[in-house]
Amino acid sequence: MRYIPTTPEERAHMLRTIGVRSLEDLFADIPERVRLQRPLRLRPPLSDPDLLRSFRALADENAHAGRLVCFAGAGAYDHFIPPAVWQLASRGEFLTAYTPYQPEVSQGALQAGYEYQTMVCELLSMEVANASLYDGASALAEAVGMARDLTQRNRVVVSTAVHPEYRQVVRTYTASLGVEVVEVPHREGRTPVETVARAVDERTAAVVVQQPNFFGGIEDPQTLGEVAHRAGALFVLASADPLAFGLLAPPGEVGADVVAAEGQPLGNPLNFGGPSLGILATRMSFVRRMPGRLVGATVDAEGRRGFVLTLQTREQHIRREKATSNICTNEFLNALAATLYLSLLGPDGVRRVAELCVRKAHYLKERVASLPGYAIAFPGPTFHEFVVRTPRPAEEIVRALAEEGFLAGVPLGRFHPELGDDLLVCVTESRTREEMDRFVEALRQVA
Amino acid sequence: MKERDFPLIFERSTPGRRAHGLPEADVPEVPLGSLVPTEVQRKAPPALPEVSELEVVRHFTLLSHRNFSVDQGFVPLGSCTMKYNPKVHEEVARYEGFSRLHPYTPEELVQGALRLMGELGEELQELTGMDAVTFQPAAGAQGEFVGLLMIRAYFARRGEERTKVIVPDSAHGTNPASARMAGYQVVTVPSDGRGNMDLRRLEAALGPEVAAVMLTNPNTLGLFEEHVDRIAELAHAHGAQMYLDGANLNAMLGITRPGDQGFDVMHANLHKTFSTPHGGGGPGACALLVKRHLEPFLPLPVVRRVGDRYALDWDRPHSIGRVRAFYGNFGNLVRAYAYLRALGAEGLRAVAEHAVLHANYLRVRLAPCYEIPYSRVCKHEFVASGIRQKRRSGVTAKDIAKRLLDYGFHAPTVYFPLIVEEALMIEPTETESLQVLDAFAEAMIAIDRESQENPEVLKTAPHTTPVRRLDEVRAARYPNLRWEPEPRRCMG
Repeated sequence: MRYIPTTPEERAHMLRTIGVRSLEDLFADIPERVRLQRPLRLRPPLSDPDLLRSFRALADENAHAGRLVCFAGAGAYDHFIPPAVWQLASRGEFLTAYTPYQPEVSQGALQAGYEYQTMVCELLSMEVANASLYDGASALAEAVGMARDLTQRNRVVVSTAVHPEYRQVVRTYTASLGVEVVEVPHREGRTPVETVARAVDERTAAVVVQQPNFFGGIEDPQTLGEVAHRAGALFVLASADPLAFGLLAPPGEVGADVVAAEGQPLGNPLNFGGPSLGILATRMSFVRRMPGRLVGATVDAEGRRGFVLTLQTREQHIRREKATSNICTNEFLNALAATLYLSLLGPDGVRRVAELCVRKAHYLKERVASLPGYAIAFPGPTFHEFVVRTPRPAEEIVRALAEEGFLAGVPLGRFHPELGDDLLVCVTESRTREEMDRFVEALRQVA
Repeated sequence: MKERDFPLIFERSTPGRRAHGLPEADVPEVPLGSLVPTEVQRKAPPALPEVSELEVVRHFTLLSHRNFSVDQGFVPLGSCTMKYNPKVHEEVARYEGFSRLHPYTPEELVQGALRLMGELGEELQELTGMDAVTFQPAAGAQGEFVGLLMIRAYFARRGEERTKVIVPDSAHGTNPASARMAGYQVVTVPSDGRGNMDLRRLEAALGPEVAAVMLTNPNTLGLFEEHVDRIAELAHAHGAQMYLDGANLNAMLGITRPGDQGFDVMHANLHKTFSTPHGGGGPGACALLVKRHLEPFLPLPVVRRVGDRYALDWDRPHSIGRVRAFYGNFGNLVRAYAYLRALGAEGLRAVAEHAVLHANYLRVRLAPCYEIPYSRVCKHEFVASGIRQKRRSGVTAKDIAKRLLDYGFHAPTVYFPLIVEEALMIEPTETESLQVLDAFAEAMIAIDRESQENPEVLKTAPHTTPVRRLDEVRAARYPNLRWEPEPRRCMG
């Protein structure tokens, strides 16, 4: 039997030791009326070679980033991942370990967690980060929950230049708690400071802005943060790609109180959107309101440095219904990959990736802008994404370009019905000039 | 850092050293300030380590040696189902068609991924006796939250406002925490002398304000709720919904189905029962399964079969919305489906049978030395207690757990469930051999002997691990949650 080592003789020995006659007797406590009286109707089992073949066939039905040159972003990014990241993260000692409940035999995971927390704090210029949440969107919802608890206010002001799916998640999480979500419409792809200022009042728990925003635009977080703080609200900064902070002023320097970011770009594959990595960072004074696990340094019985899960009295297994959140399993392995990625890149590497992104994206943006029929939808500086106004519905452009070997971008009509002819295009450091030139040519052909 | 401390990656850093091989820009150079205004640019670089690739490889390889995992040894953590994670899973999950697939690729170009989700969903529905599924929650606890939000939406649509959720006193901490997050008040119902939910206390707690009863079955004592269908009847008679915490599904595969037991909503932890690796604490993955009447409230989007193709259905006016971006932890869905396809119906039933066989074998072997508070046939796990040892020599469950580390085993879950004193919750799983189970039993018996002859050796355990017992009180009292660069010292 697959993966079960027990032989018939061993089975008989165990049954004798227990004092029962058959396996059936071990299920005698299950009432007959709720027993399944027939075999399960499942697909027949596959041998290993057949399994590999059939999964290969499923995988091959998908137009992945190795087959289509990827210009899609919108919260999931095709950054280069150094091979060392997953060769190390996939070591069985990391991959098949459980949550480090016994710290003496889990120093590998715990120390990596502590290093991860430090690297996140450095990249974001924040005081404390937890050891990961599910993804950027749910991390943002948790951040809003923190703001509500900390301010005892019940209203959040969110820019529509925040990722639409993140906004949906914030609404889902807060609906049952009676929090009112006020959306401030973007103006030409950026968050208008005056409109935010008008929307903020003494009931506002937080102002939520994304940097770089959903449309790729670079916001003025300093000013938006000041607007929030003047009203006694917290400034919550979301980010779908924290690598941008290799070049842009980090959240801690522009007054962010809580940062919720998507860590997929830090060494994690696209994976059709998951698993990814929720990053949450804040001020030390807010740490006891922070959901999720935290790794802390301490000493062992001989005075040596060691690491443990700490401040667990905030957590569900101790506080139960009074816990700061219900998070139990997090995304530790993806946080480990981020730690490896940031170790390999170092300060020089994160700066270089960010610069390559902005320079290459800018090159493509200029070339697309000069194409007949195409226009750049919004003025203002952008990071590695920008919105292209297309001569035909963006969905059609994407379909036509797929035939030419490109994933042209993400059509915005699904999220913003008024932007049906708009395409969100992304350029990471992985794209070459040659790919971009061919892409421009293909766009020209389908205009 | 002291000489005997294992260094941090930051402490291996040397300014100017690099591990990356990134290129220069291949596009015309323009002044950076013309692309990104100087005032929104970063002023100082982050203090990330500056190390060579070999230093990174060596550092994390050495760290991995300081970690315990299923690949190295027995992890009998109760309620965690630390079974073997087949290597074929890693192979298929890394196929580029899955790992490099962008979530916003047009539907017609991701048919393989959607087919995988669709077929996995169909198999899980048959396995659990439920009618519809979503994979959007990233983990079991998020699944609980989604399930409760769906129950809330269901009642709202019927014009009912219900405010309470009932959980047994043996429930996982996530249950009450999730109920609270979904805006419910938590009512705790105690267990009876046989370890079942106390029916009379349940009846007293039920009423028109109860939205749901959350059960774990088999429960956290490792026992099958003998009156599960009666509990469902009672709950339904009061209009309440039945939620199953599926953390312990491993013991039921092919034998009994939650859908037939009367549950309306359940989650299955794919990283437990379906053998995707735990990754040191995540990523997990969750299948949230519901009966037909709750289907309209599933989060967006739902994978739907249309003829011989699969589509993402976004047109769902009663949906609760979303709880994470995109479609869930897809990478782990690939692994879970590989597991299902490798085993099939007979293989899955054998999993449950052997998980239960192994647990009962260990229970019987430990019974002479350790108190087994609910000594009836258990399912895939059982709870032992260190109470005898504590009374005899002051040795605690924690001491026993720490001493097991010296014997080369991971410790069981300790101090859970909360209703058993000095609890040691043991789950051997079907993938461990008789020889491993015997070696573990002998270690536990030896530890019991030590607790009588030399309790000090337990109280100061572990002795052979990379670090000795760690000061958790100090960690909580003086939180040190990140490394700080030391002030630079003068050279020479």
